[in-house]
Amino acid sequence: MKLNLTLNGRKVSAEIPEDQSLLKFLRSQGCYSVKCGCETSNCGLCTVWLDGTPVLSCNVPAARCEGHSVTTLEGVQAEAEEFGAFLADQGGEQCGFCNPGFIMNVLAMERELHDPTVEEINEYLAGNLCRCTGYVSQLRAIELWLKREVKA
Amino acid sequence: MKRVEELRVVNQPIRKKDYRALVTGQPVYTEDLAPKDCLVVKLLRSPHASALVDTIDISRAKLVPGVACVLTWQDVPKIRYTQAGQSYPEGSPYDRYILDRRLRYVGDPVAIVAAETEEAADKALELIKVKYEVLEPVLDFRASLDNPVLVHPEDDWKELYEQGADVKRNLLCHEDSADGDCEAVLADCDVVVDETYHTVADNQAMMETFRAYSYLDTFGRLNIVPSTQIAFHVRRIIATALGIPKSKVRVVKPRIGGGFGAKQTVEAEPYPAIVTWLTGRPAMIVYTREETTTCGCPRHEMEVHVKVGANRDGHIRAISMYTLSNAGAYGEHSTTTVGLSGHKAISLYGRLEAYHFVADVAYTNLQPAGAFRGFGATQGIHAVESAVDELAHRLNMDPAVIREQNLVRQGQVMPSYFGEVNTSCNLDRCLARVKEMIGWEEKYPRRILPNGHIRAVGLAMAMQGSAISGIDVGGATLKVNDEGFVNLLIGAADMGTGCDTTLAQIAAECLEIPAGQVVTAQVDTDTSPYDSGSYASSTAFLTGGAVYKCAMELIEVIRAEACRQKGWQKEDTDYHDGLVEHIPTGERITLAELAYTSECGGKPMFATANHTCPNSPPPFMTGAAEIDLDPETGKVTLVEYDAVVDCGTTLNPNLARVQTEGGLVQGIGMALTENVRYNFDGSLVERNFLQYKIPTRQDICPINVEFAPSYEEQGPFGAKSIGEVVIDTPCPAIANALENACGVRIREMPITSEKVWRALNER
Repeated sequence: MKLNLTLNGRKVSAEIPEDQSLLKFLRSQGCYSVKCGCETSNCGLCTVWLDGTPVLSCNVPAARCEGHSVTTLEGVQAEAEEFGAFLADQGGEQCGFCNPGFIMNVLAMERELHDPTVEEINEYLAGNLCRCTGYVSQLRAIELWLKREVKA
Repeated sequence: MKRVEELRVVNQPIRKKDYRALVTGQPVYTEDLAPKDCLVVKLLRSPHASALVDTIDISRAKLVPGVACVLTWQDVPKIRYTQAGQSYPEGSPYDRYILDRRLRYVGDPVAIVAAETEEAADKALELIKVKYEVLEPVLDFRASLDNPVLVHPEDDWKELYEQGADVKRNLLCHEDSADGDCEAVLADCDVVVDETYHTVADNQAMMETFRAYSYLDTFGRLNIVPSTQIAFHVRRIIATALGIPKSKVRVVKPRIGGGFGAKQTVEAEPYPAIVTWLTGRPAMIVYTREETTTCGCPRHEMEVHVKVGANRDGHIRAISMYTLSNAGAYGEHSTTTVGLSGHKAISLYGRLEAYHFVADVAYTNLQPAGAFRGFGATQGIHAVESAVDELAHRLNMDPAVIREQNLVRQGQVMPSYFGEVNTSCNLDRCLARVKEMIGWEEKYPRRILPNGHIRAVGLAMAMQGSAISGIDVGGATLKVNDEGFVNLLIGAADMGTGCDTTLAQIAAECLEIPAGQVVTAQVDTDTSPYDSGSYASSTAFLTGGAVYKCAMELIEVIRAEACRQKGWQKEDTDYHDGLVEHIPTGERITLAELAYTSECGGKPMFATANHTCPNSPPPFMTGAAEIDLDPETGKVTLVEYDAVVDCGTTLNPNLARVQTEGGLVQGIGMALTENVRYNFDGSLVERNFLQYKIPTRQDICPINVEFAPSYEEQGPFGAKSIGEVVIDTPCPAIANALENACGVRIREMPITSEKVWRALNER
């Protein structure tokens, strides 16, 4: 089938199998930041935005994105690098494999929550698994990064 | 060697060199880099725990459009090998073919399919018709030794050196070591705790599953790009398994999405490699999460029987230990892990008059085990550190106090640690400080909250090693280029841990240049110096030692080149701050100037060095948990976890802290939620992230990490290792806290609500 959507701000038309997942479609379009970590939709690695809202691209059929707008980490490089610097200052990027999905959700959280508590941060990001860091350095980075916004 | 206060680059919390690529999602991992025309490789796996392939019909599978090849046991070399990434000769037995007619666990590969598309590969898998001769399996490792059912009845099973194996008894190896007459000392003790502790086959659960791709290059050589911790071992193992010369194999390591020991086994590489070798086509395999969880190489399940004997005053005089380890169907890393369960647990106690350690490893028809952070020490420390708490309770002593009286101290000889001297050790300071952090004096043993919940604290000590002494090798090459930038070539694998950065920090410290002037190259077996790889807590200590040696040699090369160019005498020169100074005249020549002139007819400025160490200085740590127990439901929730680590000098304090935090949370998962159970047919119950429950950020508590660094003279700038010791304390510390809370002792991990509730209600 033919799929038309906006991917990272640019119009894309592609011929896809009807049952293709958004995750597979995005990787076929060169968005290699989008990673697969499980088959059960609970690791968060494949998080992207559908019309600005975070979704797990592994359980969204690509066909459902017809006419919609999809954003991957490739589309928010400046923001990723800005937050990523806070993460790297804690050593919290580690292996990096969960970073793209995690950072997409962190950026979405900042847009959605005002001055979140630690509990709210952990709840918002609960679906983003990480096996390297134990999450502690990620939390330090998020808190410092959110404070940076207050100063500005 | 410089002392800590003199360091300018080492011991600084600089960012990792690759951070920008990682936080912006660049295509730097195996699957991102693979050629677009790679064949998709998939495996048909055994549904039976023990079976023989009676007949296998692949004729219809081969007719599926897009299928490039279907391989069965008849198509692969009859060469037994091990997938364990270890220095040659490997301690692991050669007990596998790439595909075998005999299937030894649920998931053992039956056939390899390679096709143009995933759909074609899946279709072909469906169309392979196998008639199995189903055999009786042996599924209980306690009943495996001397069982009439054999896991490896074949005649070509091979071990490269004698380790007490008797494969006709399902016995993979046997160890017996002792110092003093342990049984006599135990008989003379006032109190002996005699208990058995059990840890299950936890999964490493790295976010990037097993994967590799391969292709033939211009010269017809087999190139492999695997997600691996052990590039050089992959080269040797694949050449061995395929029966081809090592010169025909090249291995390049990209960025790795976590390893934790899993990728110290050559798990996925053989399958695309044989497809490429036979078809000439690029090929890639990407394990699913379920395959990674059920057909990988998890922690060895171990049952550890401990006897700890002490006098009434708390003097711990003897420890005897029997470890029975479950290898599963194949022997990867089995002979090495089991030893650590004794040597790196008993040695925490420095006043022993005797010890006795006996170990057996049994084959079973279950998922084969492998290497996982902690590598046997985790299992042994869980047992010993639990038993010591039980001993303290028997003696009516504070568990912290009995440890203060007995812990191993700097300068002591450690008979149970191969007779090594404890050259650097702040374990006493780790214990004292963690007590302050958790508030031990106020909180021990428990208090009851108004809602009926019980708050309690527990603690545990741990040690590990720093590389495998006298066997493993670190390697480094340094070369000076235009503008004086320096290439660092290593064979150790950065798997997210940051060694590409920390090793560059060591080189920069030696050469007295900024870390940014050192450029670390990705591992390539064609160009990197040989290194046994990143495992056994070796990289900081051993490869770090090689980098140090190499940089010191490079400085001599640089001085010689300066003298050649300027006509100086070497003894009149001094190297510092990235330049050579002629002391009599004060004239200086920088690395940049030297590099340009050396490129035009001068001598190339490079050095290469390797490093091995006769000792393996242990890092030490203490962890303390505060838990909240709901006695109505048996649910244990962590309130706080504190840890103090002596890893020697931290090469990069940020990265050392993240190692600690990450290891602690893996240990917390092991203690509380990560369960591994088997169905009656030997298949696994927990098969994916919905069932195998690793901690989320909502499952953890505030975690506080501090360092109490000693200075290890044998390590680079005083460093020891950090990667593994950090996983060892949560199981015993949490189990100890639970006993302090309610008197219930759970000796089998994980500590689930159900187990606690049952124990509370069956008293």
